[in-house]
Amino acid sequence: MTESLKLTVDDARDDLAVIRTDGYINNQGGEEIARVAYELIDKGHKKLLLDLSGTKIVNSIGISILIEIIEKMLEIDGKLAFCSLTPTIEKTFHIMGLAQYASIYPDEEAALQELAV
Amino acid sequence: MQDVTLTLPMLPDMELTASKTASAMGEHIRMSRDKIDEIQMAVVEATINAFEHSGSPDRKVRIHFHVLGTEGDPTGLQITVTDHGTGIPDGRLPMPGNDGRKSAPLPQKRGHGLRIINGLMDSVDIRSDEQGTTVVMTKLC
Repeated sequence: MTESLKLTVDDARDDLAVIRTDGYINNQGGEEIARVAYELIDKGHKKLLLDLSGTKIVNSIGISILIEIIEKMLEIDGKLAFCSLTPTIEKTFHIMGLAQYASIYPDEEAALQELAV
Repeated sequence: MQDVTLTLPMLPDMELTASKTASAMGEHIRMSRDKIDEIQMAVVEATINAFEHSGSPDRKVRIHFHVLGTEGDPTGLQITVTDHGTGIPDGRLPMPGNDGRKSAPLPQKRGHGLRIINGLMDSVDIRSDEQGTTVVMTKLC
């Protein structure tokens, strides 16, 4: 009964790419996000925005993989940001300390305005 | 509302069954959506913790949902997650009130389940010995 995460990618901009998630972010979902993120980094994108508007639950294993992506972005002097989090996911990210290393925006429009600068 | 008990095999994504049950019970007692979401996330963490770390020989986790208060005036939801594994080793039980909000460097990658549960639920009690581990979590309406 595995529920696979669906991802869509918008990499039309030079520096910034958006990954939109739909579904449960567990270990498999986190690994899929990481695979896509590392492909985008290899293509030269140094800013990644994860739009979680289609995700209601993230588990701690999925979050641990998101932390690995943040570490990778810091290594290359890049930036990972999140938007459209449910209040519970945002609270969880604060509990985990992710918010210190990744900006959180209310929606994609607000994130793109900030990140495009 | 009657109490509900699930016995879940340790199979991929089976924690979502516990999460959906928590949601149905929270809706029944008219909890806010945000509180139900927090319970769902905490139940997922408690269940996958048991799946990953318990070493339970029966490869099962038992989850009991209990409505607090009365039928006409429910006051909250108590969820008990029990495994019959080897227990949490001495010194690895989380300290009361430790929500882990330390400044970094970057947060540790693993072992966040109990911290998340503590942060999202109103009260959490963990009992663990060589017979297994029981996590009792409460969220008030």
